[in-house]
Amino acid sequence: MIMRTQIGLLLALLATAPAVAAAGYVAIPGGAFVSALALDGAAARIVIKPFAMRVEPVTNAEYLDYVRTHPDWQRGQVSPLFAGPQYLAAWQGPLTLGPDALPEQPVTSVSWFAARAYCAGEQARLPSWYEWEFVAAADATRRDARRDPLRNQALLTAIQGSTGERPGVIGRHRANVWGVRDLNRLLWEWTGDYAAMFPNADARVAGAGPSLALCGGSALAFADKNQFALMMRVAALTALKPADDAPRVGFRCVRDPAGE
Amino acid sequence: MRIPRLLLRFVVLALFAPLAPAAPPVAAPLPDRSVYRIPALMLRDQQGDVFSFASLRGEPRLVGMFYGSCRMACPLEIETLKRIEHAVGAAGGTPLPVLLVSFDPAHDDVAMLRKVAAEHHVRAPLFRLARPEQGDEGMLAGVLGIAYRPLPGGGYSHNVVVALLDAEGRIRATTEASGAPDPTFVRAILALHTAR
Repeated sequence: MIMRTQIGLLLALLATAPAVAAAGYVAIPGGAFVSALALDGAAARIVIKPFAMRVEPVTNAEYLDYVRTHPDWQRGQVSPLFAGPQYLAAWQGPLTLGPDALPEQPVTSVSWFAARAYCAGEQARLPSWYEWEFVAAADATRRDARRDPLRNQALLTAIQGSTGERPGVIGRHRANVWGVRDLNRLLWEWTGDYAAMFPNADARVAGAGPSLALCGGSALAFADKNQFALMMRVAALTALKPADDAPRVGFRCVRDPAGE
Repeated sequence: MRIPRLLLRFVVLALFAPLAPAAPPVAAPLPDRSVYRIPALMLRDQQGDVFSFASLRGEPRLVGMFYGSCRMACPLEIETLKRIEHAVGAAGGTPLPVLLVSFDPAHDDVAMLRKVAAEHHVRAPLFRLARPEQGDEGMLAGVLGIAYRPLPGGGYSHNVVVALLDAEGRIRATTEASGAPDPTFVRAILALHTAR
Protein backbone atom coordinates (compact mmCIF):
# COMPACT_ATOMS: atom_id res chain seq x y z
CA MET A 1 0.00 0.00 0.00
CA ILE A 2 2.78 2.37 0.95
CA MET A 3 4.41 1.63 -2.32
CA ARG A 4 1.32 2.40 -4.30
CA THR A 5 0.76 5.70 -2.50
CA GLN A 6 4.30 6.79 -3.12
CA ILE A 7 4.09 5.94 -6.79
CA GLY A 8 0.83 7.83 -7.00
CA LEU A 9 2.51 10.83 -5.42
CA LEU A 10 5.40 10.56 -7.80
CA LEU A 11 3.13 10.44 -10.80
CA ALA A 12 1.21 13.42 -9.49
CA LEU A 13 4.48 15.32 -9.10
CA LEU A 14 5.54 14.41 -12.60
CA ALA A 15 2.23 15.56 -13.96
CA THR A 16 2.28 18.94 -12.25
CA ALA A 17 5.98 19.76 -12.58
CA PRO A 18 5.85 21.51 -15.99
CA ALA A 19 2.88 23.68 -15.00
CA VAL A 20 4.22 27.22 -15.27
CA ALA A 21 2.13 30.35 -15.03
CA ALA A 22 1.07 30.90 -18.62
CA ALA A 23 2.33 34.14 -20.17
CA GLY A 24 -0.09 35.98 -22.44
CA TYR A 25 0.33 35.38 -26.16
CA VAL A 26 -1.83 36.75 -28.95
CA ALA A 27 -2.26 35.30 -32.42
CA ILE A 28 -0.61 37.23 -35.25
CA PRO A 29 -2.16 36.25 -38.60
CA GLY A 30 0.88 37.29 -40.63
CA GLY A 31 0.64 38.42 -44.22
CA ALA A 32 2.56 40.23 -46.94
CA PHE A 33 5.05 42.76 -45.64
CA VAL A 34 7.74 45.05 -46.95
CA SER A 35 10.58 45.31 -44.48
CA ALA A 36 12.27 48.64 -43.87
CA LEU A 37 15.51 46.71 -44.26
CA ALA A 38 16.78 46.05 -47.75
CA LEU A 39 18.61 42.93 -48.79
CA ASP A 40 21.15 43.59 -51.52
CA GLY A 41 19.59 46.99 -52.13
CA ALA A 42 16.17 45.65 -53.02
CA ALA A 43 13.18 46.12 -50.75
CA ALA A 44 12.54 42.90 -48.88
CA ARG A 45 9.03 41.84 -49.84
CA ILE A 46 8.22 38.97 -47.59
CA VAL A 47 5.35 36.82 -46.40
CA ILE A 48 5.03 36.41 -42.66
CA LYS A 49 3.51 33.10 -41.60
CA PRO A 50 1.00 33.06 -38.75
CA PHE A 51 2.48 32.88 -35.26
CA ALA A 52 1.68 33.96 -31.70
CA MET A 53 3.58 36.68 -29.85
CA ARG A 54 3.91 37.52 -26.20
CA VAL A 55 1.81 40.55 -25.32
CA GLU A 56 4.61 41.96 -23.19
CA PRO A 57 8.37 41.50 -23.02
CA VAL A 58 9.59 39.10 -20.32
CA THR A 59 9.73 40.93 -16.99
CA ASN A 60 12.17 40.78 -14.08
CA ALA A 61 9.53 38.90 -12.06
CA GLU A 62 9.10 36.29 -14.78
CA TYR A 63 12.81 35.89 -15.29
CA LEU A 64 13.34 35.51 -11.55
CA ASP A 65 10.82 32.66 -11.54
CA TYR A 66 12.77 31.09 -14.37
CA VAL A 67 16.21 31.22 -12.76
CA ARG A 68 14.78 29.88 -9.50
CA THR A 69 14.00 26.64 -11.31
CA HIS A 70 16.96 26.82 -13.73
CA PRO A 71 20.07 27.32 -11.58
CA ASP A 72 22.33 27.02 -14.65
CA TRP A 73 21.07 30.48 -15.64
CA GLN A 74 21.57 32.18 -12.27
CA ARG A 75 24.07 34.99 -12.02
CA GLY A 76 27.29 33.45 -10.75
CA GLN A 77 26.39 30.00 -12.12
CA VAL A 78 25.99 30.68 -15.81
CA SER A 79 28.84 29.68 -18.09
CA PRO A 80 30.90 32.63 -19.44
CA LEU A 81 30.12 31.22 -22.88
CA PHE A 82 26.47 32.20 -22.43
CA ALA A 83 26.58 35.47 -20.48
CA GLY A 84 29.11 38.13 -19.57
CA PRO A 85 29.96 39.94 -16.34
CA GLN A 86 27.03 42.37 -16.77
CA TYR A 87 24.44 39.59 -16.75
CA LEU A 88 21.43 40.72 -14.67
CA ALA A 89 23.61 43.57 -13.38
CA ALA A 90 20.66 45.56 -12.00
CA TRP A 91 19.55 42.74 -9.75
CA GLN A 92 20.60 42.93 -6.12
CA GLY A 93 21.50 39.25 -5.99
CA PRO A 94 21.24 36.09 -8.05
CA LEU A 95 17.74 35.51 -6.63
CA THR A 96 16.88 39.03 -5.45
CA LEU A 97 15.58 41.84 -7.64
CA GLY A 98 16.22 44.70 -5.22
CA PRO A 99 15.45 48.42 -5.65
CA ASP A 100 16.96 48.82 -9.15
CA ALA A 101 14.95 46.06 -10.79
CA LEU A 102 11.20 46.33 -10.41
CA PRO A 103 9.20 43.15 -10.93
CA GLU A 104 7.17 44.75 -13.74
CA GLN A 105 10.16 46.15 -15.61
CA PRO A 106 11.29 44.17 -18.64
CA VAL A 107 14.29 42.04 -17.74
CA THR A 108 17.38 43.48 -19.42
CA SER A 109 21.11 42.76 -19.25
CA VAL A 110 20.25 39.29 -20.47
CA SER A 111 22.25 37.63 -23.20
CA TRP A 112 20.83 36.22 -26.42
CA PHE A 113 21.64 32.74 -25.09
CA ALA A 114 19.66 33.40 -21.91
CA ALA A 115 16.73 34.81 -23.87
CA ARG A 116 16.76 31.83 -26.15
CA ALA A 117 16.84 29.36 -23.26
CA TYR A 118 14.02 31.19 -21.48
CA CYS A 119 11.77 31.05 -24.54
CA ALA A 120 12.49 27.35 -25.02
CA GLY A 121 11.38 26.92 -21.40
CA GLU A 122 7.92 28.21 -22.28
CA GLN A 123 7.73 26.11 -25.48
CA ALA A 124 8.48 29.19 -27.54
CA ARG A 125 11.36 30.79 -29.43
CA LEU A 126 12.76 34.23 -30.13
CA PRO A 127 11.04 35.99 -33.04
CA SER A 128 12.81 36.47 -36.34
CA TRP A 129 13.64 40.08 -37.15
CA TYR A 130 10.89 40.16 -39.78
CA GLU A 131 8.29 38.80 -37.35
CA TRP A 132 9.23 41.43 -34.81
CA GLU A 133 9.25 44.21 -37.40
CA PHE A 134 5.88 43.13 -38.81
CA VAL A 135 4.15 43.44 -35.44
CA ALA A 136 6.05 46.60 -34.50
CA ALA A 137 4.91 48.35 -37.71
CA ALA A 138 1.43 48.65 -36.22
CA ASP A 139 0.07 51.26 -33.85
CA ALA A 140 -3.13 51.28 -31.83
CA THR A 141 -5.35 51.68 -34.90
CA ARG A 142 -3.34 50.67 -37.98
CA ARG A 143 -1.58 47.49 -39.05
CA ASP A 144 1.08 49.54 -40.76
CA ALA A 145 1.63 52.99 -39.30
CA ARG A 146 5.12 53.47 -40.66
CA ARG A 147 4.18 56.21 -43.10
CA ASP A 148 2.96 58.49 -40.33
CA PRO A 149 5.75 61.03 -39.71
CA LEU A 150 4.32 62.02 -36.32
CA ARG A 151 4.38 58.43 -35.17
CA ASN A 152 7.94 57.96 -36.43
CA GLN A 153 9.07 61.14 -34.70
CA ALA A 154 7.38 60.14 -31.43
CA LEU A 155 9.15 56.77 -31.42
CA LEU A 156 12.49 58.41 -32.09
CA THR A 157 11.96 60.96 -29.32
CA ALA A 158 10.99 58.23 -26.87
CA ILE A 159 14.11 56.24 -27.67
CA GLN A 160 16.48 59.19 -27.61
CA GLY A 161 15.00 60.45 -24.36
CA SER A 162 15.78 57.22 -22.58
CA THR A 163 19.14 56.24 -24.03
CA GLY A 164 21.37 54.68 -21.44
CA GLU A 165 18.57 54.13 -18.95
CA ARG A 166 16.90 50.91 -18.08
CA PRO A 167 13.43 50.60 -19.55
CA GLY A 168 10.37 51.69 -17.58
CA VAL A 169 7.63 49.34 -16.44
CA ILE A 170 5.44 47.51 -18.92
CA GLY A 171 1.81 48.24 -19.71
CA ARG A 172 1.85 52.07 -19.73
CA HIS A 173 1.06 52.37 -23.43
CA ARG A 174 -1.90 51.18 -25.47
CA ALA A 175 -1.65 47.82 -27.15
CA ASN A 176 -1.30 47.90 -30.92
CA VAL A 177 -3.96 46.51 -33.26
CA TRP A 178 -2.62 43.00 -32.75
CA GLY A 179 -2.92 43.31 -28.96
CA VAL A 180 0.84 43.50 -28.41
CA ARG A 181 2.35 46.12 -26.06
CA ASP A 182 5.60 47.96 -25.52
CA LEU A 183 7.32 46.98 -28.76
CA ASN A 184 8.74 50.30 -29.89
CA ARG A 185 9.33 52.60 -26.94
CA LEU A 186 10.64 50.72 -23.95
CA LEU A 187 13.61 48.67 -24.95
CA TRP A 188 15.45 46.80 -27.65
CA GLU A 189 14.61 43.14 -28.00
CA TRP A 190 16.74 40.22 -29.12
CA THR A 191 15.63 38.45 -32.24
CA GLY A 192 16.68 34.89 -32.96
CA ASP A 193 18.46 35.86 -36.16
CA TYR A 194 19.95 39.25 -35.18
CA ALA A 195 23.53 38.03 -35.60
CA ALA A 196 22.93 37.15 -39.26
CA MET A 197 21.77 40.62 -40.26
CA PHE A 198 25.34 41.58 -41.18
CA PRO A 199 24.73 45.35 -41.44
CA ASN A 200 28.43 46.07 -41.67
CA ALA A 201 29.14 43.56 -44.38
CA ASP A 202 31.41 46.05 -46.10
CA ALA A 203 33.33 46.83 -42.94
CA ARG A 204 33.80 43.17 -42.14
CA VAL A 205 35.61 42.50 -45.35
CA ALA A 206 37.39 45.83 -45.69
CA GLY A 207 39.63 45.86 -48.71
CA ALA A 208 39.06 42.20 -49.40
CA GLY A 209 36.08 42.41 -51.70
CA PRO A 210 33.00 40.28 -51.09
CA SER A 211 33.81 37.47 -48.68
CA LEU A 212 32.62 33.95 -49.20
CA ALA A 213 32.28 33.75 -45.46
CA LEU A 214 29.12 35.81 -45.96
CA CYS A 215 27.23 33.40 -48.17
CA GLY A 216 24.01 34.84 -49.52
CA GLY A 217 25.75 38.18 -49.79
CA SER A 218 23.18 40.05 -47.77
CA ALA A 219 24.79 43.43 -47.48
CA LEU A 220 22.08 44.97 -45.41
CA ALA A 221 20.75 48.48 -45.82
CA PHE A 222 17.64 50.49 -45.13
CA ALA A 223 15.06 50.81 -47.88
CA ASP A 224 12.90 53.14 -45.81
CA LYS A 225 15.05 56.01 -44.62
CA ASN A 226 12.26 57.38 -42.41
CA GLN A 227 12.58 54.56 -39.91
CA PHE A 228 15.25 56.17 -37.75
CA ALA A 229 14.08 54.45 -34.58
CA LEU A 230 14.30 51.12 -36.37
CA MET A 231 17.78 51.95 -37.68
CA MET A 232 18.95 52.72 -34.17
CA ARG A 233 17.52 49.42 -33.00
CA VAL A 234 19.25 47.41 -35.69
CA ALA A 235 22.52 49.23 -35.09
CA ALA A 236 22.26 48.58 -31.35
CA LEU A 237 21.43 44.90 -31.73
CA THR A 238 23.96 44.04 -34.37
CA ALA A 239 26.76 45.63 -32.35
CA LEU A 240 26.23 42.97 -29.70
CA LYS A 241 27.76 39.54 -29.33
CA PRO A 242 25.31 36.84 -28.26
CA ALA A 243 26.79 36.61 -24.76
CA ASP A 244 26.56 40.39 -24.22
CA ASP A 245 24.18 41.75 -21.61
CA ALA A 246 23.08 45.31 -22.34
CA PRO A 247 20.97 47.44 -19.96
CA ARG A 248 18.41 48.29 -22.66
CA VAL A 249 18.17 44.91 -24.34
CA GLY A 250 15.55 42.40 -23.29
CA PHE A 251 13.29 40.04 -25.22
CA ARG A 252 9.89 38.54 -25.82
CA CYS A 253 9.07 35.12 -27.23
CA VAL A 254 6.87 33.86 -30.05
CA ARG A 255 5.25 30.50 -30.76
CA ASP A 256 4.46 28.68 -33.95
CA PRO A 257 0.86 27.55 -34.41
CA ALA A 258 0.16 24.05 -33.07
CA GLY A 259 1.20 21.29 -35.44
CA GLU A 260 4.14 23.16 -37.00
CA MET B 1 9.67 -4.16 4.31
CA ARG B 2 13.01 -4.64 2.59
CA ILE B 3 11.64 -6.11 -0.57
CA PRO B 4 8.93 -3.54 -1.25
CA ARG B 5 11.43 -0.75 -0.73
CA LEU B 6 13.78 -2.32 -3.21
CA LEU B 7 10.90 -2.83 -5.57
CA LEU B 8 9.93 0.80 -5.16
CA ARG B 9 13.44 1.80 -6.06
CA PHE B 10 13.18 -0.22 -9.25
CA VAL B 11 9.88 1.40 -10.09
CA VAL B 12 11.30 4.86 -9.47
CA LEU B 13 14.32 4.04 -11.60
CA ALA B 14 12.09 2.76 -14.35
CA LEU B 15 10.01 5.92 -14.16
CA PHE B 16 12.94 8.27 -14.38
CA ALA B 17 15.36 6.32 -16.52
CA PRO B 18 13.91 7.44 -19.86
CA LEU B 19 14.11 11.06 -18.75
CA ALA B 20 17.74 10.96 -17.71
CA PRO B 21 20.11 12.12 -20.47
CA ALA B 22 22.69 9.56 -21.57
CA ALA B 23 25.41 10.49 -19.09
CA PRO B 24 28.96 10.43 -20.44
CA PRO B 25 31.23 8.05 -18.58
CA VAL B 26 33.50 10.96 -17.64
CA ALA B 27 32.61 12.18 -14.18
CA ALA B 28 34.63 15.41 -13.99
CA PRO B 29 32.59 18.58 -14.53
CA LEU B 30 32.96 20.31 -17.88
CA PRO B 31 35.19 23.38 -18.01
CA ASP B 32 33.34 26.72 -17.84
CA ARG B 33 33.94 27.44 -21.50
CA SER B 34 33.19 24.01 -22.88
CA VAL B 35 30.74 24.15 -25.78
CA TYR B 36 29.44 20.79 -24.51
CA ARG B 37 27.65 22.92 -21.90
CA ILE B 38 24.96 23.92 -24.41
CA PRO B 39 21.49 22.58 -23.56
CA ALA B 40 20.95 18.96 -24.63
CA LEU B 41 21.15 18.58 -28.41
CA MET B 42 20.40 15.26 -30.13
CA LEU B 43 21.77 14.72 -33.63
CA ARG B 44 21.39 12.14 -36.40
CA ASP B 45 24.21 11.57 -38.87
CA GLN B 46 24.30 10.52 -42.52
CA GLN B 47 24.22 6.86 -41.48
CA GLY B 48 21.06 7.39 -39.45
CA ASP B 49 22.86 7.03 -36.12
CA VAL B 50 21.47 9.17 -33.30
CA PHE B 51 23.84 10.62 -30.70
CA SER B 52 23.97 13.51 -28.27
CA PHE B 53 26.30 16.38 -29.00
CA ALA B 54 27.65 16.20 -25.44
CA SER B 55 28.62 12.55 -25.98
CA LEU B 56 31.39 13.75 -28.33
CA ARG B 57 33.41 14.93 -25.36
CA GLY B 58 36.68 13.09 -24.85
CA GLU B 59 38.44 13.67 -28.16
CA PRO B 60 39.50 16.81 -30.03
CA ARG B 61 37.45 17.49 -33.14
CA LEU B 62 36.46 20.06 -35.73
CA VAL B 63 32.89 21.36 -35.49
CA GLY B 64 30.98 23.58 -37.88
CA MET B 65 27.56 24.00 -39.45
CA PHE B 66 26.15 23.93 -42.98
CA TYR B 67 22.99 23.34 -44.97
CA GLY B 68 22.52 20.80 -47.71
CA SER B 69 21.17 22.93 -50.54
CA CYS B 70 23.92 25.53 -50.09
CA ARG B 71 25.63 26.08 -53.44
CA MET B 72 28.79 27.95 -52.59
CA ALA B 73 30.11 28.43 -49.07
CA CYS B 74 29.17 25.02 -47.66
CA PRO B 75 30.69 22.87 -50.44
CA LEU B 76 33.77 25.04 -50.10
CA GLU B 77 33.69 24.52 -46.32
CA ILE B 78 33.71 20.73 -46.74
CA GLU B 79 36.44 20.75 -49.38
CA THR B 80 38.56 23.09 -47.25
CA LEU B 81 38.15 20.78 -44.26
CA LYS B 82 39.38 17.88 -46.40
CA ARG B 83 42.42 19.95 -47.36
CA ILE B 84 43.03 20.87 -43.72
CA GLU B 85 42.92 17.19 -42.75
CA HIS B 86 45.32 16.44 -45.58
CA ALA B 87 47.70 19.17 -44.42
CA VAL B 88 47.57 17.78 -40.88
CA GLY B 89 48.37 14.29 -42.18
CA ALA B 90 51.19 15.61 -44.36
CA ALA B 91 52.73 17.25 -41.28
CA GLY B 92 52.69 13.96 -39.41
CA GLY B 93 49.47 14.49 -37.47
CA THR B 94 46.36 12.34 -37.37
CA PRO B 95 43.24 13.74 -39.03
CA LEU B 96 40.65 14.82 -36.46
CA PRO B 97 37.01 13.74 -36.54
CA VAL B 98 34.77 16.37 -38.14
CA LEU B 99 31.17 17.19 -37.28
CA LEU B 100 29.08 19.51 -39.43
CA VAL B 101 25.56 20.17 -38.11
CA SER B 102 22.80 21.31 -40.45
CA PHE B 103 20.93 24.51 -39.60
CA ASP B 104 18.22 23.54 -42.10
CA PRO B 105 16.70 20.41 -40.54
CA ALA B 106 13.42 20.98 -42.39
CA HIS B 107 15.16 20.07 -45.65
CA ASP B 108 18.22 18.16 -44.53
CA ASP B 109 16.95 14.66 -43.82
CA VAL B 110 19.24 11.64 -43.65
CA ALA B 111 18.96 11.12 -47.42
CA MET B 112 20.18 14.67 -48.02
CA LEU B 113 23.05 14.22 -45.55
CA ARG B 114 24.01 11.00 -47.33
CA LYS B 115 23.86 12.73 -50.70
CA VAL B 116 26.13 15.59 -49.56
CA ALA B 117 28.54 13.12 -47.95
CA ALA B 118 28.67 11.06 -51.18
CA GLU B 119 29.22 14.16 -53.33
CA HIS B 120 32.24 15.08 -51.26
CA HIS B 121 33.44 11.50 -50.69
CA VAL B 122 33.43 11.86 -46.92
CA ARG B 123 32.53 9.07 -44.53
CA ALA B 124 31.35 8.63 -40.97
CA PRO B 125 32.67 8.24 -38.36
CA LEU B 126 35.61 10.47 -39.30
CA PHE B 127 33.48 12.98 -41.17
CA ARG B 128 29.96 13.25 -39.84
CA LEU B 129 27.20 15.36 -41.34
CA ALA B 130 24.33 15.57 -38.90
CA ARG B 131 20.89 17.05 -38.49
CA PRO B 132 19.38 18.23 -35.20
CA GLU B 133 16.72 15.83 -33.93
CA GLN B 134 15.88 17.44 -30.61
CA GLY B 135 17.11 20.54 -28.84
CA ASP B 136 18.24 23.93 -30.11
CA GLU B 137 21.00 23.95 -32.72
CA GLY B 138 20.92 27.76 -32.49
CA MET B 139 22.76 27.51 -29.16
CA LEU B 140 25.56 25.59 -30.87
CA ALA B 141 25.68 28.21 -33.62
CA GLY B 142 25.89 30.98 -31.03
CA VAL B 143 28.83 29.52 -29.14
CA LEU B 144 30.70 28.80 -32.36
CA GLY B 145 30.10 32.33 -33.72
CA ILE B 146 27.92 31.05 -36.56
CA ALA B 147 24.94 33.15 -37.67
CA TYR B 148 22.29 32.34 -40.26
CA ARG B 149 18.99 33.70 -41.43
CA PRO B 150 16.66 32.33 -44.09
CA LEU B 151 16.40 34.64 -47.09
CA PRO B 152 12.96 35.57 -48.45
CA GLY B 153 13.84 34.08 -51.84
CA GLY B 154 15.13 30.80 -50.36
CA GLY B 155 18.51 29.81 -49.06
CA TYR B 156 20.28 31.42 -46.16
CA SER B 157 22.40 34.40 -45.38
CA HIS B 158 25.11 32.91 -43.18
CA ASN B 159 28.76 32.92 -42.28
CA VAL B 160 31.11 29.97 -42.01
CA VAL B 161 33.10 29.17 -38.92
CA VAL B 162 34.76 25.86 -38.12
CA ALA B 163 36.05 25.50 -34.59
CA LEU B 164 38.83 23.28 -33.29
CA LEU B 165 37.57 21.86 -30.00
CA ASP B 166 39.88 20.22 -27.53
CA ALA B 167 38.80 17.01 -25.81
CA GLU B 168 36.84 18.99 -23.21
CA GLY B 169 35.06 21.14 -25.77
CA ARG B 170 37.04 24.37 -25.42
CA ILE B 171 37.51 26.31 -28.65
CA ARG B 172 41.23 26.36 -29.45
CA ALA B 173 41.08 27.98 -32.89
CA THR B 174 38.59 28.86 -35.60
CA THR B 175 38.73 29.18 -39.38
CA GLU B 176 36.38 30.49 -42.06
CA ALA B 177 37.24 27.40 -44.13
CA SER B 178 36.94 29.24 -47.42
CA GLY B 179 39.60 27.79 -49.67
CA ALA B 180 43.25 27.20 -48.86
CA PRO B 181 43.83 25.72 -45.39
CA ASP B 182 44.62 28.45 -42.89
CA PRO B 183 48.18 27.61 -41.71
CA THR B 184 47.51 29.01 -38.23
CA PHE B 185 44.54 26.69 -37.88
CA VAL B 186 46.56 23.69 -39.08
CA ARG B 187 49.29 24.55 -36.58
CA ALA B 188 46.70 24.73 -33.79
CA ILE B 189 45.55 21.20 -34.66
CA LEU B 190 49.13 19.92 -34.68
CA ALA B 191 49.84 21.67 -31.36
CA LEU B 192 46.88 19.87 -29.83
CA HIS B 193 48.37 16.57 -31.05
CA THR B 194 51.70 17.37 -29.47
CA ALA B 195 50.02 18.32 -26.21
CA ARG B 196 48.39 14.92 -26.07
